Amino acid sequence: MELALQVKNVSVHYGGFTALDDISLDLQQHKVLGLVGESGSGKSTLARVIAGLITPDGGEITLNSQPLLKKRSRAQRKQIQMIFQNPDASLNPKHSVRQILSEALLFHRIVDRAQVEKRCKELLAKVHIEESGLDRFPHEFSGGQRQRIAIARALSVEPSLLIADEPTSALDVSVQRSVLELFGKLKEELNLTMLFISHDLGVIHEISDTVAVMRQGRLVELNPKDRFFANPESEYSLELLSAVPRMPKPSTPGGLTT
Amino acid sequence: MSYNIILEVEDLSLETKQHHRLVNRVSFALGKGETIGLVGESGSGKSLTLRAILGLLPRGVEKVDGTIKSDERTAMVFQDPRGALDPLCPVVKQLSEVVRFRQQVSKKAAREIALELLERLGLPDSLKTADRYPSQLSGGQCQRVVIAIALACKPSILLCDEPTTALDVTVQKQIIETISALQKELGFAMVFVTHNLAVAAAMCSKLCVMKNGEIVEQGDTLDLLQNPQDPYTQMLINSVLPVPELEGSERIWN
Repeated sequence: MELALQVKNVSVHYGGFTALDDISLDLQQHKVLGLVGESGSGKSTLARVIAGLITPDGGEITLNSQPLLKKRSRAQRKQIQMIFQNPDASLNPKHSVRQILSEALLFHRIVDRAQVEKRCKELLAKVHIEESGLDRFPHEFSGGQRQRIAIARALSVEPSLLIADEPTSALDVSVQRSVLELFGKLKEELNLTMLFISHDLGVIHEISDTVAVMRQGRLVELNPKDRFFANPESEYSLELLSAVPRMPKPSTPGGLTT
Repeated sequence: MSYNIILEVEDLSLETKQHHRLVNRVSFALGKGETIGLVGESGSGKSLTLRAILGLLPRGVEKVDGTIKSDERTAMVFQDPRGALDPLCPVVKQLSEVVRFRQQVSKKAAREIALELLERLGLPDSLKTADRYPSQLSGGQCQRVVIAIALACKPSILLCDEPTTALDVTVQKQIIETISALQKELGFAMVFVTHNLAVAAAMCSKLCVMKNGEIVEQGDTLDLLQNPQDPYTQMLINSVLPVPELEGSERIWN
């Protein structure tokens, strides 16, 4: 299996606080790595370090056997795209969907100006939004649709690594389901390599091939999905898994107060 | 369980000043010591219904129809514990204030009762000697303080508005265990608002499923989850992402 991303001994300190403590992990090509952990465990910091939004204090990051340094070239920036938790904050409210999508296309010279329109429509079709949406603004869409637009924008420049930082946490369960189905479909179609961050173990189970668990800036476990969910290695993973509320089985009585 | 109805909501309707219907003809009854869950997606009117019971409607929302019958003391636990606490007041002082006001006792006695409550909720003993501000406590600890403040009112009905949504799963489990233990001990009834069906299943004996301001289905938790009649309930149940059981271990939860 070919290696897409390699993170080696990365550390980040904020003053005296250690946000990432000597993190090393590998991500294989065309696989989805699910990153779980509680709030403050450093999941998002790691994502931002990989995306180049935070400069680590130590360690190396390699993407497709090219080292990623503090200063990255335009081509290197293009290769990693990110989807954030809150689409309201990540989409410019004063830009129409056409502007949002075409800006990245033109900046990275993916297509020439004459074909931008066509490509934008293709992108919207990929995330199941009607073509007529091109001239509308983010506030005219529902939360789930906005997140789809953010996904379309991230995919527009054909990244080799997609980072999704809690992309479904702000959404209702039914919408979450449809966005996850979209991710699953796109993963098959486009052979995506993804780093998927979530605190929701149900979501991680749905989408990941490998699961990494973080706690207080450290990586405590890295295992294939089936192994992690059936028989986790570290005590903390076990604690995490047993704390997830589960739906009652048909045979068990429901409710504590009956 | 003897069935004494202590809270009855009948045909409750809420509207904005512009006559936009937010909650439409919601009815349910709560028995003594019972827990009823209101579940649904955002914007379905769960929290507004809860606030109407307490008479704490946001500005611009009015009750236009229906009755809420209850003679019991009611207290509420909010979703965001840091937002519900005064950030400029140390927590023991905050709690003592509520105890003093609600239970009409002296300052000194109020502090005693407050410390007892905090101990019962599993907060660190160090609070006895050094009071701390909400920002110096973790989210789970803040939520425990909020629950303590609610219990200081000696409620017969505890209204919980997504008390665990802002918390991590391990902390969520602890808080839910704490609330359940306290309920067994003190025997209060609960109205529990959540969007998490699994949490609702663990806590509630009855469920009301809400959609667009209306109750689309209500019934006993297990019946409702196993034989949902309404397509919306069915859809909600199908949207719950399964987490497989751990190998070689019985279910620890519930």
